[in-house]
Amino acid sequence: MTLSPKITQKIAKTIIWFVAISVVFLLFFIVSYILIKGVPTLTWKFLTENPSDMGRSGGIFSTIVSTMSVTAVAVIVATPLGVGTAFYLTEFTRESRLTRIIRFSAESLAAIPSIVYGLFGFIFFVIYLKLGWSIISGGLTMAVMILPTIIRTSEEAIRSVPVKYREVSYSLGGTKWQTIVGAVLPSAFPGIATGIILGIGRCVAETAAVILTAGSALRMPTSIYSPARTMAVHFYILAREGISMERAYGTASLLIIIILAINIAANMIVNRFVAKGK
Amino acid sequence: MNLKREKLLRFGFFLIALTTLSALAVITIFIFIEGVPIINKVGLFNFIFGMKWAPSQGSYGIFPMIVGTISVTLGAALIGVPVALCCSIFLTEFAPPRVRTFVRPAIQLLAGIPSVVYGFWGLTFIVPAIRNYLGGPGLSVLAGSIILAIMILPTIISISEVSLLSLPSLYKEGSFALGATHWQTIHKVLLPAAKSGIMAAIILGIGRAIGETMAVIMVLGNSVALPRSILDPARTLTTNIGIEMGYASGDHQQALFATGIVLLVIIMLLNSVAQLIVRKR
Repeated sequence: MTLSPKITQKIAKTIIWFVAISVVFLLFFIVSYILIKGVPTLTWKFLTENPSDMGRSGGIFSTIVSTMSVTAVAVIVATPLGVGTAFYLTEFTRESRLTRIIRFSAESLAAIPSIVYGLFGFIFFVIYLKLGWSIISGGLTMAVMILPTIIRTSEEAIRSVPVKYREVSYSLGGTKWQTIVGAVLPSAFPGIATGIILGIGRCVAETAAVILTAGSALRMPTSIYSPARTMAVHFYILAREGISMERAYGTASLLIIIILAINIAANMIVNRFVAKGK
Repeated sequence: MNLKREKLLRFGFFLIALTTLSALAVITIFIFIEGVPIINKVGLFNFIFGMKWAPSQGSYGIFPMIVGTISVTLGAALIGVPVALCCSIFLTEFAPPRVRTFVRPAIQLLAGIPSVVYGFWGLTFIVPAIRNYLGGPGLSVLAGSIILAIMILPTIISISEVSLLSLPSLYKEGSFALGATHWQTIHKVLLPAAKSGIMAAIILGIGRAIGETMAVIMVLGNSVALPRSILDPARTLTTNIGIEMGYASGDHQQALFATGIVLLVIIMLLNSVAQLIVRKR
């Protein structure tokens, strides 16, 4: 006996709706599970006080500073390289074997597991370049990790700039550089910003690569050569070693709130960009 | 003069564009330099198929971890792929625009949540549930598979959604014109037509599952023994590095880099296959 196409369609549609709604529900469940247990811990004191006694008491201020420093190094290094690569791929060359190789490398970098980045950062930045476990080692490792994201989003953004912008700039006697900086960059900027914001999100969330390159020292970092413990690493150590579940939930909540804010910001930029494009 | 400056500019951007290639080369070279000596010492066959990992006794066999990686990944794919396909069909075919503008960012958010948070949620929610209802220690292949299944959803959904959206509307119209129902069209026309993109999506999702470390460390139990059932604890290639890198030195540290080589080779192979599939279209 076979079911009639109409009934099959009904069943399939019901299952698909059910699964999709369940996934969204699951997301809400995970997020609220952490937030409900963690948000009460998030007091002003918790955010502005340094951790003490291995994190058993005190707040998470030094880990917030460490996260921001590692992220800043990564973004400052990766942005010009990523945006520059995107400009090279779109404005300076045709599709060729070389662009294929560059794209393939970017895709490969995106696929490499973060723990392998950790190994690489440890042996290259920490040991070989003698930078030690430090903000700079962690930041440079993260820069390589977020490079593919920035390249991809920037390339898309640059490609979506109408050709006539460039034509107008050239017809007014603009040079290539003037055209890039004056005509293409401003209108591709929202897309590029989205890539950077997503990169920031990855830096904030990353644990495996950072713990092997920036270390896990709980002291407040004093320079970019200081070892540092980011929020994600701190949370991992608190939770895994069972040091303080209350503070683990608190740190996780802050991480989720930051990621939430980052996603909302990225979406708003994309939406405004799309609306403007119409 | 102007032309010369333009050439210089072009060369500057060219150098910047070489960053990705050189980064990839440096990563590969340094991981190999660190890991190859121990593989030579132990022997490639003994390293990959050795059953015993006991760094203190000088035994470096990663076979249990390869089995661990394969079983956790397979589990994640079995749970995750059907769910992801349902979601991408939902987003492209069934969801009303209002619902879609809400569901799509939600799934993106799923990709942004730190992997340690997934691990922690798994540890405090999934692991006790498995221990109470199914038995065993809870920290298990099953727990790892469930967490990874959730984590690979965004990758598979977004890539297969793109390949479904890029199909010419003629396919759908033609199928409707022949009197097919919406589901028949999806099932018999759209999914087969988007097959290569969906395959690439699944492969990249599997790559993500193989490479994930922190979430898995927290729910897998990390025992070096070969898992006998999905309720047994296990250790993957990634977690092997994540757990021991903190205190390893000498041969032991090199063996972790060698584990990294195996991981890198697997990921590169998967990634190349995925890219070949995408490019063939």
